[in-house]
Amino acid sequence: MAESDNIVVETAEKIFADLADPQTINNDKKNSWQAPLWQALSEAGLPLAWVPDDLGGSGASLADGFALLNAAGRFAVAVPLAETMLAGWLLAQAKIASPDGEMTVLPASPKDRITIDADGSLSGRARGVPFAKAAKHFAVLAHGKDGVSIALVDAGKARIESGLNLGYDHSDTVTLDKVQPVTIKVAPDGVDQTNLMLMGGVARSLQIAGALESMLDISVRYSNERVAFEKKISKFQAVQHNLARLAGESAAALAAATSAADAIANATSFNDEVYLEAASAKIRCAEAAEKGGGIAHQVHGAIGFTIEHILHRYSLRALAWRDDFGSESHWAVELGKLVASRGADELWPLVASR
Amino acid sequence: MTAALRFDPIRLPEKCEQLRKEVRAFLAEEIAAGTFDPHKPNREDTDAPEFSRRVGAKGWLGMTWPKKYGGQERSFLERYVVTEEMRVANAPTRRFFVADRQSGPVLIKYAPEHIKMDILPRICRGEICFAIGMSEPNSGSDLFAAKTRATKTDGGYLINGTKIWTSSAHIADYMIAIFRTSPPTKENRRHGLTQFLVKMKQPGIKVNPIGQITGQYEFNEVVFTDFFVPEDHVLGEVDGAWKQATSELAYERSGPERFLETYYVLTELVRAVGPNPDTRSAEGIGRLVAQLHTMRRMSVSVAGMLQAGKEPVVEASIVKDIGTVWEQQLPHRVRDLAAFVEETATNRETLERQLDFAIKTAPKLTIQGGTTEVLRGIIARGLGLR
Repeated sequence: MAESDNIVVETAEKIFADLADPQTINNDKKNSWQAPLWQALSEAGLPLAWVPDDLGGSGASLADGFALLNAAGRFAVAVPLAETMLAGWLLAQAKIASPDGEMTVLPASPKDRITIDADGSLSGRARGVPFAKAAKHFAVLAHGKDGVSIALVDAGKARIESGLNLGYDHSDTVTLDKVQPVTIKVAPDGVDQTNLMLMGGVARSLQIAGALESMLDISVRYSNERVAFEKKISKFQAVQHNLARLAGESAAALAAATSAADAIANATSFNDEVYLEAASAKIRCAEAAEKGGGIAHQVHGAIGFTIEHILHRYSLRALAWRDDFGSESHWAVELGKLVASRGADELWPLVASR
Repeated sequence: MTAALRFDPIRLPEKCEQLRKEVRAFLAEEIAAGTFDPHKPNREDTDAPEFSRRVGAKGWLGMTWPKKYGGQERSFLERYVVTEEMRVANAPTRRFFVADRQSGPVLIKYAPEHIKMDILPRICRGEICFAIGMSEPNSGSDLFAAKTRATKTDGGYLINGTKIWTSSAHIADYMIAIFRTSPPTKENRRHGLTQFLVKMKQPGIKVNPIGQITGQYEFNEVVFTDFFVPEDHVLGEVDGAWKQATSELAYERSGPERFLETYYVLTELVRAVGPNPDTRSAEGIGRLVAQLHTMRRMSVSVAGMLQAGKEPVVEASIVKDIGTVWEQQLPHRVRDLAAFVEETATNRETLERQLDFAIKTAPKLTIQGGTTEVLRGIIARGLGLR
C-alpha cells in the first residue's frame, strides 16, 4: 500500500497533484476545478476501478482500488470518486454494468432501508448520502420478499433534499417513491446491507487515514517554519510530544485501514475476522480523526482555523467521513455484541486470527 | 515526502497458526496440572523454574537464534505467536522472558564465542534468568547520567556503584549492565558507557529487594563493591554501549507484552456482561476491541520488519507509546463498564480482584522500558523535529 508502488495509485497521484492541489482548490471559490479533475479521473478509468472490463470498468484489483482511496484521502479529494467506486463495486456484485458518470450508493447508513414493492419499484429514504446531488445514477441495495437485490437507479427519478456534511460536501437525503429501477437483480449470497456498510466504512477509513497523513505532513512543516518566543515551535518539547501523538494516531489509522483493506481483498466472505477488521478500522480511524485533527489544529494555532488555510480541507473531511456508512458508535456497539455473543474465551482467538 | 509511518498488513503464515495451536494445548495442560491460574495475575511467579524448563524443552526459548547455540532458527513471527499466547494466558514468563527477548540477542551480537557456547544453550533450556542493569539512583531514563564505575584492573574491571529498579535481580543468574568506563566527552555525552556481562550470586554484589505498590517484589537495588568482572565479559565496544543499547530497543518496545499486561480484565469483563450486553457495555467493549486489534496489527507489522532485518526504532516507539497508554487506561475503562454488571455475574469476584491488581499495576506501564516522554522524543526525532 505504499504510495507509487502500483500503476493505479501512480496515475491517481499524478492527476491529484496536477488538478487537485489543495491550495489551488481552496482559493477557487467557483469550484471550477471539479469538472477537469473528474474528467481526468474518468479518462484514466479510476471511478470504475472496481468494475470488471466486461461490465464497463477498468477491472483493477480490490487492493489497488483501496490504495487509490488512501491516495484520494491524502489530497482530501472532494469529488464522488469513492462513492462511484463503491457503486460500481456493488453493481458488479450482481453483474450489472456501470454507466458513465458520477454515482453514489443507497443507503449510506445502516439504519436506512430501501424496499422493493410488489411491482418491482423501489421505495424508501436514505439519509446522509454522499454526493447524491452530483450523481447521475444510484447503486441501490434493496430488500424485497426474495431477499436482497441490487439496482441501478436514475438519479433524476428520486427526490433529493440537499444537505452538507461537516466538510461542506454534499450529504443529501434521497427519497425513492415507487421508482422503477433501470436494472434490478438479486444479490449474490454474502452481499447484504451490513457488508455494504463495512465496505463503505473501510473506504472511508482509508480516506481518513490519508487525510491524517497530510495533516501530519503540513503540521510538521508548519512547526518548522513558525517562530514563537524566538524559537521555531518545533523546538518546544510540548509541541514535539503533540506531534509525536499525531504521528501515532496517523500510523494507527493507516495500519487499521490498510489491514482491513488487505483482509477484504483476500477474503472469500465477510466472516467474523473480516467483520473485526472492517469495524475496527472505522472505529479506530474515527477516533484518530478526532484526536489527530485536534492536534493538527493546535499546532497551527489561529491560522489553521481560517478558511484561507488548507488544514480544514483535511480536518473537517476526516471528521465528516466518520459519519458515513455507520459511525464509530454504531460499529462499536455491533462489534461489542459480536464479541459478547461469541463469549469471553473466544475473544482472543478472534483478535489473534491473522 | 511524507512523515507518515507505514505498518504493512503482515499476515501470520500458516506455520504460525500451527504453532499457536501447540502453544495453546501446552498452556491448557499446564493450567490443568495446576502450574498457574490464568485468572490470577497477582501471584509471585518470578520463580517458576520447572515451567521455564518445560517451555525450553518445547523449543520456545531462543527460537530465532542459531542452532549451534541451542536455538531453533525460526522466525520472529513464530516467536511473536508464542509470546502473545503466553501473555494472554497469564503464564509465569518472568523468569525467562528477559533473556529470551533481550539478553540472548545481545550476547549473540557482542559476546565472545566461548561465552555464547556456555550461556546461550542454558537460556534455551530455560535454566537461567537474566536481569538488565540500566537505571541508577538519579539516572533512570537519563542513561547518560549513569555513574557506576568499571575501573580497569588486572585481567578485567572492578565495579563500584548501584543499579536500581532492576527487575528479577534477586533470582537472576546473570545481568547485562551498562557501566561507566570513562567520562563523557564535550563532543559526545553518550561516550564512556560500556556493556558488561555480570555473573550474579557472587561476593561483591548485594541485592536489596524493593517492594512495589502492587504488593509484589520484582524490583531490586543492586550494590556493587569492588566486584570483579573478567575482561572477556565486556560486551562490544568499550565506551560505545550507547549505540548498542539503542539498537536493541525495537525488540523491547514493540512486542505483544507492550499492550497485553492488563488484557485479562477485558476478557473477564466480556464474561461478566454475558452474551446479551446492553448498549453501553457493547459500545465500550467494541471500542476497546477495535483499539486492541489495531495495536496488535501494528505490533505484528513491526515483527515483520524485524524479520526482514530492519531496525524499526520509530515504529516500535509508536507501538509502545500507544500500547502502554492503552493498557494503562484499560483497567479504568473496564471499571467504568463493570459498574453496571449484574451483582450476580458468576465471575464478579474474579473481575473485582483482577481490577484491583490491574489498577495498581497501571502506573508502571508507561514507565518500564522507556517512559512515554522518552518515546515521544524518539518519535519527534524521527519526524525531523530535533
